[in-house]
Amino acid sequence: MEKKPVRAKELAAGKRISGFDEVVSGYSQEEALAESLRCLQCKNPACISGCPVNINIKEFIFQVTKKDYAGAYFTIRKTNNFPSICGRVCPAEYQCRKACVLNKSKFAYCGPEAINIHFLERFVGDYGMRNNLQAPVEKDAQSSKAKVAVVGSGPAGLCCAGELARKGIAVVVFESLQSCGGVLRYGIPNFRLPREILDYEINYLAKLGVEFKTNVVVGKTVSLEELFQQGFSRVFLGLGAGVPSFLGIKGENLCNVYSANEFLTRVNLMSAYKFPEYHTPVNIGQHVLVVGGGNTAMDAARCALRLQKINGIKPDVKIIYRRTLTEMPARRLEIKHAEEEGIKFRFLVQPKEFHADNRGFVRELNCLSCELREADASGRRKPVVLEDSDFSIPCDLAIIAIGLEANQVLTSATPELKTDKYKDIMINPATMETSIKHVFAGGDIAGGEGTVIEAMGMAKKAAISILQNP
Amino acid sequence: MSDLSKAGKIIAKEIIADYAGVRIVKLTVSAPEISRKAKAGQFVVVMASEKGERIPLTIVEADSKAQTITLIFQEAGLTTKILSMLNAGDDLYALAGPLGHASEIKNYGKVILVGGGVGIAEIYPVATSLKQAGLPAGQAGNNITVVIGAKTKELLILEKELRDTADKIYLMTDDGSLGQKGFTTDVLEELLKKDKYDLVYAVGPIPMMKKVSQISQSFNIKTIVSLNALMVDATGMCGCCRVTVAGKVKFSCVDGPEFEAGQVDWEELEKRNLMYLDKEKHLCKLKG
Repeated sequence: MEKKPVRAKELAAGKRISGFDEVVSGYSQEEALAESLRCLQCKNPACISGCPVNINIKEFIFQVTKKDYAGAYFTIRKTNNFPSICGRVCPAEYQCRKACVLNKSKFAYCGPEAINIHFLERFVGDYGMRNNLQAPVEKDAQSSKAKVAVVGSGPAGLCCAGELARKGIAVVVFESLQSCGGVLRYGIPNFRLPREILDYEINYLAKLGVEFKTNVVVGKTVSLEELFQQGFSRVFLGLGAGVPSFLGIKGENLCNVYSANEFLTRVNLMSAYKFPEYHTPVNIGQHVLVVGGGNTAMDAARCALRLQKINGIKPDVKIIYRRTLTEMPARRLEIKHAEEEGIKFRFLVQPKEFHADNRGFVRELNCLSCELREADASGRRKPVVLEDSDFSIPCDLAIIAIGLEANQVLTSATPELKTDKYKDIMINPATMETSIKHVFAGGDIAGGEGTVIEAMGMAKKAAISILQNP
Repeated sequence: MSDLSKAGKIIAKEIIADYAGVRIVKLTVSAPEISRKAKAGQFVVVMASEKGERIPLTIVEADSKAQTITLIFQEAGLTTKILSMLNAGDDLYALAGPLGHASEIKNYGKVILVGGGVGIAEIYPVATSLKQAGLPAGQAGNNITVVIGAKTKELLILEKELRDTADKIYLMTDDGSLGQKGFTTDVLEELLKKDKYDLVYAVGPIPMMKKVSQISQSFNIKTIVSLNALMVDATGMCGCCRVTVAGKVKFSCVDGPEFEAGQVDWEELEKRNLMYLDKEKHLCKLKG
């Protein structure tokens, strides 16, 4: 008989919405062991190729079955520097778990029967963190001469810095904000990725010798050319996809219409939920609408709901999405958590126009109904607006979470850096080198919007190129 | 994680105006990299403390030899009050820049710069740069007329500095305690009626910039304003500072902060800048 998947324990929905504490608890040793024993240890494990950084999943799960947790930790660390982060934020159901031989789902994401690889990874990562396990630095003569500048301290930058530092290369990471982590800090809320975890992982890199310089806006404070003049032999750009997209509809600049980036930055990076102890304010409303269907939309909605709760407002947060539940790109776990917490979903709805009161604050959203037609280029079924289907939803705070575009602060200051029609940096996909020699790029700025682990995959590839010829 | 660049140490502090509870403060701050890069019209983002807000402040002066920049602000909200409590030797929690586009400095001919209140600090670097606009040696730069105004004479800052820079200067106070009694826009209108000018540059409270825009448009003169939209990251990441310019959404931080005055949706900006009024009131109550 097949063994049942081991579910990770979670804070009860009623309890967790009163704060920003982590929702999912990690596996206990017993739970990790039981889940690892469900793994069939396939001869040709498909899960590994489902992972953007090709973690040797089969091997580390085998080590867990033998209670060799340290061994499992070093197996993961060989290809992924951040198991505690990835174990929490990877959309595993679209990646390694989807490729798991036990998966029976016909959807783009796996069913519950696939091995909970992410929970096991998290267990192993957290074990390593608790026991302060440190992978050795493997220095060689060549690497000690190199000095690499990493621009941006998000997933791509941290990953590249880690890969290089492990080989003994001197790395300086430049971050424009006051603290490091990029989207892991300003975007992903504490209840999904506790700050201690992120701080630990960044600190881990500092212990490897990585130097962090915050408040440096490369392209403004210092140019790429100057970095080379300062003695850096290679530069890696992990700038991220910084600029929020808007719907382009009327009333989008009304008061209390936020981009998800702004709302989340205020809440996560600036701790606006602790206002006035922290000085950055964020507004909240009685009727919050979040537009979008990705992880960012889920994060924004769940933050908004918590803010309502903290401020004694009866929770009312709705997510508006043009397609249906099946096409939503968010992690299934986030959708489930959002639902449990009381967030409502309005599918097949297209925003048309925001209306305001006389002070310029948003009061309602006028919408149109959609239906799904044949699949578009992205493979998802295309929503088509139905004629005369106008209707209105009350809304005194709206958050637009429909995606991001490239930030052009650096690229516009560096005309030699070639970009594509989306203003993303063009790279040689084999080496991740840009149009400027010795300048590499990875993550969202080099490939449009992707996941944390995809960014890490690209950063790793760039690190390998740099290591071959530092 | 420590910030390894030495930027952010306060070298000097001066209260340059203090009248009926309104104080305007000038800070000279160590900023080796920023002082080398800063150009007129650009700004920095400052955090006074770890729990503080990120606020944009115009770079009033940049001295690459002394490796310092000068910032001038008026105590208004909580953040500027906390900033003004810092003293020489203290460190800003964060300082990043220079941000935004620099002013377009070239030989326009005859230029009027209008500064209202603490906005006077923002026209000063532009006036200086325009005066020295890159011309062949021996030739004069732009002909500069400066019009500055404030509530009363104590709050009329940088008068001496601007007098040294400008070919002509007009001082205005609401109460007539210095210069003429009235508004900067009154003088602007008179000047434009009498003579032909090539550029108007204005920084001040929104109602002033709006009025400047209306007046100069009726004379068909190119008019640039530097906007004071609210910001968070100030590097184009959040969209907090979005403004509608010529019907298009622009981010003040990376597309601005300067825009053509006649194209700005002033009403929208005015409303957006009041978005946190309730929160500010709440803070004032708390801090007594």
